[in-house]
Amino acid sequence: MFSFIARRIGTILLTMLCLTLVVFFLVNLEPNLKKLAISQTEMHTPADQLESWLVNHGYRQNFFVRYGQWLGVFPKHPITDPATGKTTQRFSFCNDPVESTFSGVLQGDFGCSTKFKTTVAAKLFPALGATGLLMFWVLAVMVPISLLIGILAGMREGSRTDRVLSVASIASTATPEYVSGVIFTVIFASWLGWLNGSAASASQGITFYNFTLPVITLAIYGIGYIARMTRASMVEVMTQQYIRTARLKGLSFSSVVIKHALRNALIAPFTVIMLQFPWLLTGVVIVEVMFRYQGFGYTLVEAAGNNDIDLLLGCSLVSVFIVLITQLISDVGYAFLNPRIRVQ
Amino acid sequence: MQTEYISAFDVVIGVLWRFWPVWVGLILVMGASFSYKKRLGLYGQLFDSGVGIAGVFICLFWLFTAIFASTISPFDPLAQVSVMKDTLPGAIEPASKLVYYFGGDKLARDVFSRMVYGSQIVLIIAPAATGFALMVGITLGLPAGYYGGKIDTLLSFLANLVLAFPVILLFYLLVTPGIMDTPIPYGMAGLFFLFPIIFFSVLFWTRYKNRPDRLYILLGITLVVGGWIYTGLVFDKDPLKIVHIDPNQLNIFVAVVFASSPGVFRIVRGLTMDIKTRDYVAAAQTRGESPWYIMLWEILPNARGPLIVDACLRIGYTTILLGTLGYFGLGLAPESPDWGTAIKDASRLLRSFIHPALPPTIALMSFVLGLNLLADSLREQSMKD
Repeated sequence: MFSFIARRIGTILLTMLCLTLVVFFLVNLEPNLKKLAISQTEMHTPADQLESWLVNHGYRQNFFVRYGQWLGVFPKHPITDPATGKTTQRFSFCNDPVESTFSGVLQGDFGCSTKFKTTVAAKLFPALGATGLLMFWVLAVMVPISLLIGILAGMREGSRTDRVLSVASIASTATPEYVSGVIFTVIFASWLGWLNGSAASASQGITFYNFTLPVITLAIYGIGYIARMTRASMVEVMTQQYIRTARLKGLSFSSVVIKHALRNALIAPFTVIMLQFPWLLTGVVIVEVMFRYQGFGYTLVEAAGNNDIDLLLGCSLVSVFIVLITQLISDVGYAFLNPRIRVQ
Repeated sequence: MQTEYISAFDVVIGVLWRFWPVWVGLILVMGASFSYKKRLGLYGQLFDSGVGIAGVFICLFWLFTAIFASTISPFDPLAQVSVMKDTLPGAIEPASKLVYYFGGDKLARDVFSRMVYGSQIVLIIAPAATGFALMVGITLGLPAGYYGGKIDTLLSFLANLVLAFPVILLFYLLVTPGIMDTPIPYGMAGLFFLFPIIFFSVLFWTRYKNRPDRLYILLGITLVVGGWIYTGLVFDKDPLKIVHIDPNQLNIFVAVVFASSPGVFRIVRGLTMDIKTRDYVAAAQTRGESPWYIMLWEILPNARGPLIVDACLRIGYTTILLGTLGYFGLGLAPESPDWGTAIKDASRLLRSFIHPALPPTIALMSFVLGLNLLADSLREQSMKD
């Protein structure tokens, strides 16, 4: 078990290294660097000054040297005036050092956001906290509802309840966030006026009024998927011999479902819920942009739209980490819940 | 001047009437399918359940809508008639006396026509991109599952690498205007579009190796047609000027194929690992068949059930991805009538007008729902066997 986890963590680190290298390559393409230089200098700056801005800020060093600097295995250099030899900070708003230092991800320095004029850490971690809050409520709504739907549908396969709930869950998986978000806003905000169509005020404090729409929008897409998996798992368990034995012993249907079927049927949905996180990540981006909630997804879109290199790298690192770590948890947890599976 | 309106009842009748080519097509196809359903195999079995009929109905509805878009829609999806700005559903356009059935949007375009034309974009890109993703996934997944070992480790690592990317981040990186100046999209297109040619060449080669008369004809057709489409799509240098794709559409296409082929790869790999332990594979091995013959002519046909179901779901998922791209304004032109872009434009103005938002959302939802229902009943039917 221990060596399995150690090997998986090794793979995770390798994957993160490869992915950040790919992201680093893509954000440093020539057109993207030009865009960055134009946005960071005054309006109508001539082309040679744009180029010197890029050179001064170290964007014209060797690609691998710069990746190493971001990683923290090469030193980052301040801006040196070639005439006087005087050094100035690279980005004054991040309080960059004036001497060459090793300061990368390995040292805990995620770099400097050129869009928000602050350090990446100062921007990214509060945003992650806000998204974590959203995720908590989404899971708190999504998991119980979807498990309940799946169990009700799966305990009597082919019944009317099963058909209705199955079609409902198919419909919910066919509704991406930007569709359900619009429909819910039309119904609950424009038409009934019960809820707020914007979650911008939720940063100061969440209320039922401003937070319900983002939460249900995000939850509805996952509910169908998890419910279908739970149903499939429940249907399979209900055909097992031990369920028939329990029924023949004279136990009531409800106690068979609760005591015998449920525990075995919930192993598969656990994996599905864990693997749902990467999907939720895309949903988070859509919902946060749609309802103007200042979280991780909103930050990612801003970073990508403005080619904010360090912030975008920080965002990709976080999202890739979440995806991989949930995969690991789902594998380990599956082995833990199901004693018949042994990890090698 | 006051805009004149027709009643809600007339709007419903008018919309139903505009779709007449679709109804004719549906009646013909559904009628024919019903009467010959015994002889139609898996497709015929779909008509045994309500879910299957609903799935086929919705998918065919949008297919015919896309085919007859120019007949159905009363207006040009890009035309702006300034008096019709933000008009409510049922407004009469003064010049032509035609009706804006679902009203006008903020740029005074007909919402109904845009929804109809949007189906064309989705129904061309989504199935085509899924097809290419299937080709890539199958061509790489079969050897990975069959041989195992180093090739499997490498390909699975690469697939997991792509799958670990959140889709939205991948799109923001791959579908930006700047990337069109670099050779990356063309390089990726050149790589991905090679797979169908390789796939069909190997497919025919392994089967007709000893029958040169058949082999040369089939290989010739594959290489000529494949090469023709390839030059048209990747280099935009089709000598006949028929195959043409805009650079930004190529970019979207490549990004969507890139995002969905690892999923196909994983499924094909898993199925191959399962099927290769069967007796008929062992029999083929004993006969001395080549590995690629076994993969393409023994394993692949037996993996078709789950693959067809997955393809249906994947077309729906690709539709959702295209909508996401449109929603974030990536790749597609800002005035493009596709559903994602329309939802983006309308959702910003929900406080003042809701009518431009509803047609594209319902269209997208119903199409994906149709595909999911189809996939669900296909899965049920194939489980019965």
